[in-house]
Amino acid sequence: MDPTPAIEVTDLACAYQDYRVLEGVSFNVRESEIFFIVGGTGVGKTTLLRNMVGLAVPTHGEVRFNGRPFTSADPAERREMLKTFGLSFQGGALWTSLTLRENIGLPLEEYTRLPKDEIGRIAAFRLSQVGLAGFEDYYPAEISGGMKKRAGLARALALDPAIVFFDEPSAGLDPVTARNLDRLILQIRDTFGTTIVIVSHDVDSILGIADRLIMLDVETRGIIAEGAPAALIAGQPNPKVLEFLTRRTIRSG
Amino acid sequence: MPASNEPTTGRASTRTENAVLEVALEGSWRLEGSTPRWAGVVGEAKPGSVRLRAEGVSHWDTSLVVFIGEAQRWCGDAGIPCDTAALPEKMRLLGGQFAETVKTSARIDRSQSLFVDVGLSTREAMVQSRDLLQFVGECWIGVRRLVMGQAGFRWLDCLGEMQKCGAMALPIVSLISFLVGITLAYSGAIVLRRFGGDIWVADLIGVAMTREMGAMMAGIVLAGRTGAAYAAEIGSMKANEEIDALTILGISPVRFLVLPRVIALGLMMPLLSLYANCLGVLGGMTVAYATLDIPPTAYWVEMLTIVDLPDVMVGVIKSVVYGLIVGLAGCRRGLQAENNAAGVGKAATSAVVTAILFIIVADAIFAVVFQVIGM
Repeated sequence: MDPTPAIEVTDLACAYQDYRVLEGVSFNVRESEIFFIVGGTGVGKTTLLRNMVGLAVPTHGEVRFNGRPFTSADPAERREMLKTFGLSFQGGALWTSLTLRENIGLPLEEYTRLPKDEIGRIAAFRLSQVGLAGFEDYYPAEISGGMKKRAGLARALALDPAIVFFDEPSAGLDPVTARNLDRLILQIRDTFGTTIVIVSHDVDSILGIADRLIMLDVETRGIIAEGAPAALIAGQPNPKVLEFLTRRTIRSG
Repeated sequence: MPASNEPTTGRASTRTENAVLEVALEGSWRLEGSTPRWAGVVGEAKPGSVRLRAEGVSHWDTSLVVFIGEAQRWCGDAGIPCDTAALPEKMRLLGGQFAETVKTSARIDRSQSLFVDVGLSTREAMVQSRDLLQFVGECWIGVRRLVMGQAGFRWLDCLGEMQKCGAMALPIVSLISFLVGITLAYSGAIVLRRFGGDIWVADLIGVAMTREMGAMMAGIVLAGRTGAAYAAEIGSMKANEEIDALTILGISPVRFLVLPRVIALGLMMPLLSLYANCLGVLGGMTVAYATLDIPPTAYWVEMLTIVDLPDVMVGVIKSVVYGLIVGLAGCRRGLQAENNAAGVGKAATSAVVTAILFIIVADAIFAVVFQVIGM
């Protein structure tokens, strides 16, 4: 294992109000890796993500990014580290009162001293990278769901983050659009060496682009499998993992 | 319309032979039709076993499944065998499933003990208070950073909000304060006329509008108009994960969303309240001229004998506070909203209620404070 993993999650416990969702979750994500957090609906994939990036407070445990503690960091330090993250939300979560250009420009306005017209040009460039050239001055309400996701991704990439998190990137997309998004994710990693963490239950995506994955389970409230998808399928003793990854359907018996 | 014209009645006929109760089901069994119930069919009979047949059934749905299921349950309770071998396979399976479901599904008891309830409410109240303090603290830090020039403030957003909460509220504020002026004049006139002091209507309205009603009416109008809008807007942003998107970028939602709105209200409210004062006085003047025969010049001169700059200042000070209350209540309720459509509606309602409640409370405190300092 390499000396400092990009992300190091140690003994994390997450709760939703009084309901304990996850306990004793520990794993590492290596640099420039496409890492999936998988599992069925309701196992706490999104909860784990939200606790990792500080949108929710874990009840126990620590998350380190490049060796620096994040969960226990003070607000100023945390803000400094947040700059290096991008998060692509399930529905895009674009700010509805701003155009796409302004949406992508806002993080740049916050963290850089670039002149306004240059920020506009960078925003347009980001949009063209996700295949949305020409939509700079549209409002989020005027574009489709898939386009919103891609625009959300463009915003997540605005500050050239070292780590990009995706919450269910293919949810609600048709298979073709979903595969295009996978291709885009792969391209981002290959071009910028970005570490990518994806929460998903889309098996096509997982088999297509995952380097490694962890699988969460509702009964153990933790990880039941960790490793590369192919290795898991080949040498997996746990029938739950095998069933999920090989998608044995009703018709195939 | 149902496609078939056959009568939607199911029938069950019974025959007892060697202590075996044979129930033959016939006809068309539909939920919306009239079908026999098991309890009615079996009556007081105490057979040794039950056999079900369904050769005569032309159509069936869940009503028949319920009947078969009930039969099986009854037999189970009575400890006698229920022979369903003569039924078609699907019927038998579904009936068995029904009997099984009814047997195993227990209602969840959601009642709580008094102590648990009190404990939970106390804890909730503590969390709420802490959150409120945190919110006010964050706003305070935001204002301090703004004054010290440490943080970029979104003036453009603020100007947009000022336009929305100020200029666009003029028509409704005009109408309401004019009507309040008229109402005050009429009710004042009833009392003052008895003493032959019609002219004091001018004093009454002058003082009431500048010290109390101008700011109060503007505050209440904005609570309903702007406070609710803020809560709904921020609440739906929250449901759409837009607030999370700000947080993850390290941008404080308070600085980005709350401050421009609260400051816009704080700046616009005094102007609206002064405007409301003028319209209220105009309303009183109209009534005085039309029904009490007091010429507007006399009215004006009389009013100036009692209304002074401190009175106007009292109104202005109150209006700034009311504006901040409306803005903070609206934004706070919006940020607190649950992540769904009903949550947004609740947030808007509670923003209005909170704002009006605190406006009245603040007014009462002001009354005491101004009395003490002699303003």
